[in-house]
Amino acid sequence: MKYINEVKLNFPAKSANEAFARSAVAAFTMQLDPTISQLADIKTSVSEAVTNSIVHGYKGAGGVIYITVRISDDNVLSVKIRDKGCGIEDIEKAMEPLFTTGGEERAGLGFAVMQSFMDSIKVSSKVGKGTTVTLKKKITKDDP
Amino acid sequence: MLELEFENSVLTAHLSGELDHHSAAVIRKKIDSKAEMLKPKTLKLDYRDVQFMDSSGIGLIMGRYRQMSLMGGNVEVTNVPPHLKRMFSLSGIETLGVMK
Repeated sequence: MKYINEVKLNFPAKSANEAFARSAVAAFTMQLDPTISQLADIKTSVSEAVTNSIVHGYKGAGGVIYITVRISDDNVLSVKIRDKGCGIEDIEKAMEPLFTTGGEERAGLGFAVMQSFMDSIKVSSKVGKGTTVTLKKKITKDDP
Repeated sequence: MLELEFENSVLTAHLSGELDHHSAAVIRKKIDSKAEMLKPKTLKLDYRDVQFMDSSGIGLIMGRYRQMSLMGGNVEVTNVPPHLKRMFSLSGIETLGVMK
């Protein structure tokens, strides 16, 4: 497995950029010729991760979000979303469905959605340093 | 995007376009201020024209459910298109009894 293409995005952690982030990742993914449903899964997962960085990582106070999107020669899309926010104290707890510290307008589903819509998710975090979420999905023709 | 309609004590919110954390915040404020003014018995959330949504679309329902319960009203969610079904079933929102 070898990376054959890559794009990097840096942008301020403003909620107005959520649509930009998922659309940009989707545009890059187009070269793998994904289905509409695969594209929707990727957009939704990126939207969740970016929203987490804005709401939880930076607590709405702003900062920079770093995204690296890569395509490998075995047709796997990898999206790394990184923030330099507050970090996650207990990753296991944060990944429990319906657990949220985001108040009553947040469903607590972010990680559950990423787990369900992508092939794999890796979360690494250091309190006070930030969080990195890496999402992967293989784009194949026979997969609906 | 949002269009609001009020008839026979039912406030209907027609949602359209992309529903994320950013747009949901705007939509929530508009629905809540209208609901406070009109005191509807039912708040109907119409998802027919929602092209994209992340879990903020579920958070929007949960939040309105609480608001309407406090005012003695109820929430109905209608016309969820096929492409949003997976998010809805993953969320377990059906257990609130709001799906029509």
